[in-house]
Amino acid sequence: MNFPILSSLILLPSIGALFLFFTKSKSENKITAKYVALFTSLVNFFLSIYLWFLFDQATSAFQFVEDRIWIKGLINYKVGVDGISILFIILTTFITPLCIISVNNSVTKRLNEFLIAILVMETFMIGVFCSLDLVVFYLFFEAGLIPMFLIIGIWGGARRVYSAFKFFLFTLLGSVLMLVAIISIYWITGTTDVVQLYELGIDTKYQNLLWLAFFSSFAVKTPMWPVHTWLPDAHVEAPTAGSVLLAAILLKMAGYGFIRFSLGLFPSASEVFTPLIYTLSVIAIIFTSLIALMQEDMKKLIAYSSVAHMGFVTLGIFTIQQQGIEGSIIQMISHGLVSAALFLCVGVVYDRMHSRLIATYGGIVTVIPKYAILFMVFTLAALGLPGTSGFVGEFLILMAAFKDNFLVAVLASLGVIIGAAYMLWLYKRVIFGKLINSELKKMIDLNKSEAFTLTCLAIPTLYFGFYPEPLINTIEVSIRDLIDTYNFSVASKQ
Amino acid sequence: MNNIELIFPEIFISLSIMFLLILGVFKKDSSKIIHNISLLVLLITAVITFNETLSINPTTLFNESIIIDYLSSLMKIITLLGAFVVLLISSNYLRTFKIFKIEYPILILSSVLGMMIMISSNDLIVFYMGLELQSLALYVLATFNRDQLKSSEAGLKYFVLSALSSGLLLYGCSLIYGFTGSTNFNVISTQFNTNEYAITFGIVFILVGLSFKISAVPFHMWAPDVYEGSPTSVTLFFTMVPKIAALTVFIRFLYVPFLNLIDQWQMILVFLSIASMLFGAIAAIGQKNLKRLIAYSSISHIGYALAGLATGSNEGIQNSVIYMTIYIIMNLGFFSCLLMMKRNNIYYEQIDDLSGLSKNHPLLSISLLIILFSLAGIPPLAGFFAKFYIFKSVIEQSMYFLAIVGLLSTVVAAFYYLRIIKIMYFDEEKDSYDKDHNLWLKLSLTVSTILILMYFIFPSELIDVVSKIKII
Repeated sequence: MNFPILSSLILLPSIGALFLFFTKSKSENKITAKYVALFTSLVNFFLSIYLWFLFDQATSAFQFVEDRIWIKGLINYKVGVDGISILFIILTTFITPLCIISVNNSVTKRLNEFLIAILVMETFMIGVFCSLDLVVFYLFFEAGLIPMFLIIGIWGGARRVYSAFKFFLFTLLGSVLMLVAIISIYWITGTTDVVQLYELGIDTKYQNLLWLAFFSSFAVKTPMWPVHTWLPDAHVEAPTAGSVLLAAILLKMAGYGFIRFSLGLFPSASEVFTPLIYTLSVIAIIFTSLIALMQEDMKKLIAYSSVAHMGFVTLGIFTIQQQGIEGSIIQMISHGLVSAALFLCVGVVYDRMHSRLIATYGGIVTVIPKYAILFMVFTLAALGLPGTSGFVGEFLILMAAFKDNFLVAVLASLGVIIGAAYMLWLYKRVIFGKLINSELKKMIDLNKSEAFTLTCLAIPTLYFGFYPEPLINTIEVSIRDLIDTYNFSVASKQ
Repeated sequence: MNNIELIFPEIFISLSIMFLLILGVFKKDSSKIIHNISLLVLLITAVITFNETLSINPTTLFNESIIIDYLSSLMKIITLLGAFVVLLISSNYLRTFKIFKIEYPILILSSVLGMMIMISSNDLIVFYMGLELQSLALYVLATFNRDQLKSSEAGLKYFVLSALSSGLLLYGCSLIYGFTGSTNFNVISTQFNTNEYAITFGIVFILVGLSFKISAVPFHMWAPDVYEGSPTSVTLFFTMVPKIAALTVFIRFLYVPFLNLIDQWQMILVFLSIASMLFGAIAAIGQKNLKRLIAYSSISHIGYALAGLATGSNEGIQNSVIYMTIYIIMNLGFFSCLLMMKRNNIYYEQIDDLSGLSKNHPLLSISLLIILFSLAGIPPLAGFFAKFYIFKSVIEQSMYFLAIVGLLSTVVAAFYYLRIIKIMYFDEEKDSYDKDHNLWLKLSLTVSTILILMYFIFPSELIDVVSKIKII
């Protein structure tokens, strides 16, 4: 493999963004800008599909590795993918073009800059999932704050400034401790190369503190209870495309980080802190589900449901079993598709009625039937109905949890029931019931681009719900290897 | 006299100052030509320094009272280039206030001469001489816009407080001289008795004096007032150039004679560093004036540079130098923006004046955005790498507390940088500013923005440059 496919994936969106930046002053034509951005992100999508096609599922080693000297004697620019990361890259490249299509209606001012921000964001997100060096990872992880801050702050709703600041400062605060940990790892082992670190291992006496430092960053980003409070604010105020990116991809960075770094680098500390994660996950699942039940704002409800779903993810990861981690990754992919779709669904009605309150709606099934059908698909996927991708992930996670800790599993299952309650209730109140608000009668059903984006998201949701094999095949070997290494190092410690 | 060519840069610059003074006295309306000659002088001096002294082995002159080595040559070049850029972009500003006079470039040249002597000093007396030369020139520069009350106030405040700190510094020098019998750094390092507390007192007094010059907390009180009151171009000079010289003296003074006493001064430096980082970050939050804000931000940045010095390792020193270099570039970009905020011959310097800048001046505001995120230390911009190197060397010495406090204060600092960005991007627009700017101003903004943005592509170059600094 001589063609640097991963670097191309990382750089392509930025090149598109640069192109947009420099052509801005000449062409005031907004359509052109959108096509340029869409074209760039689609090329990136097909490139990533090609990557999946070339990907060898039989090995757990990193593939397509590029290793270049970056800061002499200190850091190498190293990227590569294995079964764990490749799906996230495809998710990113899949969601981004859909975001760009969806800006049609929601973003009215400074479209050009918005597209630039989204493309730059894509670069950073792909970079996070590819990087095999801790410093490179940190760089991409943190750099994502800049475009997201601007997306929320410039194109957001009424309380956008507060939300943007909260988002930025919360995440930054979590991350600086991770930077201390990364430098400490460099000092302890002499390298920040993840592959080498997997081989060398880190002395167990340092692991607990390092684990906590990484945890502080990932917990904020996941977000776990009690540091989840930035998420509802950020989601509510962000424009639709921003919410989609945030829910579908940004949150996954932390889950990915837990698998790649917390489990991979600090196995004995992960063993120690598993009860902590279990507790926080269960609280997140039940507590935020209950909060979601009481929400009057649709976006806020979905935001809280995201916290609950990510609670399942962290729970699954730290069962440290094949099914649990597989389930977590599938749950993340599924949540990426479903929450993106739900935010788009909210965006659709918001663009027409300019209200996100549930009370505004009711009985719109007769007015916009196509919308009602697609919205139902995603509602059911969010509550984990068999036959949707949401089911596969939750089922695997709960199965692994039952093996490990009965109480935790029972409590988490309770969360599933509450989850079903709030999603179905939401659907009932918005779609069914009496058509009281007469303004609603003027609503127009999905236009072509909205129908297209939602269908694009519905197809994989259902496909992987019935047939999750392609996903599981891709991740299976890498996870097995990860768990073997984990068990080996925990056993050798005792 | 051997090796006299090594101080050609200093000789050249002093002769030029005298020549320019005479020219200014005898030729009428010569401010423009003197301005241009001064630019040339700074550039030529930088070239001489680069050619003659950068690649030689450490050499001492005049009974070891002057030292020429890689560190001093490098710092001199940075100082000279910094002064060059300041002079280059300040002409329009000075013209607006009708203070485009012959004294301005000459004073800058004299203070640069003082700094060069400081940087090369290997002796307490030589060091003090250089310090006073640069300070005297700076007092006058601070009051340069003498018709404005604030400018006169700034100069007076600076003068009084600076004189006080010079007094403390001299007292420290005399203590050290009293207990070692010499003012020469090399002699002191062999003479003193580590158990003698008077030496420690001497070090403390000198550190106080030096901290004052670089405005480290708790000796920072003058900085916000002076930065706000001085003409903006002079503020730019204050934030960039004198700090380089003072930092070099810091390095030389602590690491040459008193390396053995590292236990004593390391604590002081850690305290200065933590106090500066935190205080600078917290106090900046409430500011309304951009120049005051940048004063607090510079206090906080000096804290990071001191954190590198506190490590007691060569690498720490190198990383401090990298930090200052990157900081200077960011500052240059920031002040270029500030100098562009002009409408109908009035310069605006309140934060609120930036409101909605992004709509009328998209390019200016995107540059300022990049500079501010870099000042806040967000990757992948240059400011992040500067902080990264510093914390790398801090953690290598197991000074975790310093590292964690430092990184947490970056989060606090991020808040006020974000506030400026918020005002630029999220708020409603005001009238637009003049768009016909000086070419040099545009150039300096563009170059500094590109350097900050593209630093991550070639991060090794700067490390290569500083890696030849070896003090210990």
